[in-house]
Amino acid sequence: MNQIVKISKTKKTSQKLSMLESVNLALDYAMSESEDVVVLGEDIAVNGGVFRATDHLRDKYGVKRVMDTPLAETMIAGMTIGMATQGLRPVAEIQFMGFIYAALEQLIGHAARMRNRTRGRLTCPLVIRAPYGGGIHAPEHHCESTEAIFAHVPGLRVVIPSSPKRAYGLLLSAIRANDPVIFLEPKRIYRISKSEIENDGEGIPLDRCFILKQGKDMTLVSWGAMIVETMKAAEELEAKGISCEVVDVASISPLDHQTIVNSVKKTGRCMVIHEAARSCGVGAEIAATVSEQAFPFLKAPVSRITGYDTIMPYFKNEDHYLPSVEKIVDIAIETCGLGQLNGRQEVSHASL
Amino acid sequence: MDTLTFSIKFEQFLGPDGRLIKALPEEISNKEDMLMAYETMVLIRAFDKKAIALQRTGKLGTYPSILGQEAIGTAIGMAMSQSDVFAPYYRDFCTQYLRGVSLKEMLLYWGGHERGSNFEHCRRDFPVCVPIATQLGHAAGAAVTFKTLGQHHAAVVTCGEGATSKGDFLETLNLAGAWQLPLVVVVNNNQWAISTPRRIQCGAQTIAQKAIGAGIEGIVVDGNDYFSVSYAVKHALKKAYAGKGATLIEAVTYRLGDHTTADDASRYRDADELHAAWKNEPIARLKKFLVAEKLWSNAKDKEFLKQTVKKINQAVEAYLQEEAEPPESMFDHLYEYLPKPLEDQYAELKAISALEKNRRAKEESGVKTQSSSALKVSDLKQGGFEHESNS
Repeated sequence: MNQIVKISKTKKTSQKLSMLESVNLALDYAMSESEDVVVLGEDIAVNGGVFRATDHLRDKYGVKRVMDTPLAETMIAGMTIGMATQGLRPVAEIQFMGFIYAALEQLIGHAARMRNRTRGRLTCPLVIRAPYGGGIHAPEHHCESTEAIFAHVPGLRVVIPSSPKRAYGLLLSAIRANDPVIFLEPKRIYRISKSEIENDGEGIPLDRCFILKQGKDMTLVSWGAMIVETMKAAEELEAKGISCEVVDVASISPLDHQTIVNSVKKTGRCMVIHEAARSCGVGAEIAATVSEQAFPFLKAPVSRITGYDTIMPYFKNEDHYLPSVEKIVDIAIETCGLGQLNGRQEVSHASL
Repeated sequence: MDTLTFSIKFEQFLGPDGRLIKALPEEISNKEDMLMAYETMVLIRAFDKKAIALQRTGKLGTYPSILGQEAIGTAIGMAMSQSDVFAPYYRDFCTQYLRGVSLKEMLLYWGGHERGSNFEHCRRDFPVCVPIATQLGHAAGAAVTFKTLGQHHAAVVTCGEGATSKGDFLETLNLAGAWQLPLVVVVNNNQWAISTPRRIQCGAQTIAQKAIGAGIEGIVVDGNDYFSVSYAVKHALKKAYAGKGATLIEAVTYRLGDHTTADDASRYRDADELHAAWKNEPIARLKKFLVAEKLWSNAKDKEFLKQTVKKINQAVEAYLQEEAEPPESMFDHLYEYLPKPLEDQYAELKAISALEKNRRAKEESGVKTQSSSALKVSDLKQGGFEHESNS
């Protein structure tokens, strides 16, 4: 146990990879790094996962470390906890986030609490991976974004990558972390773009947000697939003379308020963009913290652009549910219309 | 296709009258083991009585009595090896004690201290599990770990018969069958899940037959006969060590006490039924056998109770002297390290706790009284020690 297998330098080649491929690469790296890392879930071994995130791992690491489980999410979570407490580092896949609810009792009732209730004697260094979010015309129950459920549970970490590079680095850090991590993969951007990834095993720190773009008029805060719309909106706004800072939250919990608050102190405006329903969403938490800690700096109310407080519609209507680039741009302009742009004339709807 | 036939075996060695129904096989014939088992059962029954008294006087939180079920846990604890892993439910004082959990640790746990689950010994055992049947999954995970790492250990998990209605139980049996896990599941079928009787918990004739659907061995044993449980658990462990898969043991017993100290079983349970169940209880039965075999005597009983009372009183005293951890300790083991985003909340509580500590120190200077709550041998004359006063 805890045996670190040295990675040969020849593997450190840079490749252009999709998020899905980078998840696969990170799993591969973690499994070669430590024999304690095992992968389990429904259809993940022989089939390589319904999205192929675990492709080839069984051939490379064998059936003892890459396990096809019976179809039982409660069991998957329960045994993952048991394995983690006994010295393994299990990475379990829940096929879609919509099926994770059967595992909640285990994750909330045990994974989150085991370290605390045994005063550090037993720990749960486990990762639960689940594809989540809408926008790919998937069947019912496959498209919700319910990260806030987990973010509300002390003891769990909730991590959401927004690019292939961050998926690689964050997943490695999640697997190496000695805490239970819910790693939610925005499946809409699984294959949407590729980035240059060096397979160097570099992790990206948890507990912190990332500034993807510097700006001075407004802070746009988002995560997961919505980063794509948010970045596009930021570009359009830039063209209209509104300079946006874009923050990728990445670690939904524990949440790095400081980076967001510091950014808002600089820009004076804040918009949170997320796919999940609005009420009691993570956006509410961010808006509240910004109001508490950056109130004197605010030139406009913090606004939230989110999914509606409705059931995520089946795919004929899902585009109407998901926040669009247009909507982000419109509300950003409106928000800026409420105050002075830093060092520039006031921008109003009419003048644009 | 021809008809498939399945059967469930029922095992019993020692009858309620303390006489052997059939000869004891060699693996459960060790006389020292019998005596250690008997002493454990008596000790835990006395502990149980004291724990209830502590709760009634506001010195312990809600407590689930093990009264009447002592043979099952004792047999499990005696049979397990130290390198196995135990995943208890919440009525498992006998097994926990034999595994190395101290009486003080048990009291700390039921007295509201998390550190009661930070066992000094049996460091890999799971803590008491409150959410019903969820511990089955953890035990399965431990069994998977042993299998993955090529270790010849077993995971042993217990639950009540109410837990067998839950998905966790059935999913675990199913996995154990599919993966041939080194797992032993022992159901304490004590007839009552709070107020729900066995007959409306499940329509199957036995709980053990749920094993058939999972493709593992299921067996029913007399849970008030130490030897029956012992034989079944030893057999199941041997099988697990040899890589021959999991076993479900249904140990039929009776919950002689309330569900917990917060419950009043007289609201839903017939007094006659309870009275009849007392005739089957496990300690008197084993004592009769041991006395008949000249392994034990009333004089030995008397001497042992004296030691027991002393031991329990020492544990209680040590428990009552334990102070709560400082309030800010609620952050200490939340994550591996305190995440930066939580530093403010931690600092806030730490400051409040420092102020409070100062205030308390001022208030308490001068006031110091401690009433004696020691257990006496005479306290044990009723409620579970009838056999003592009869003989």
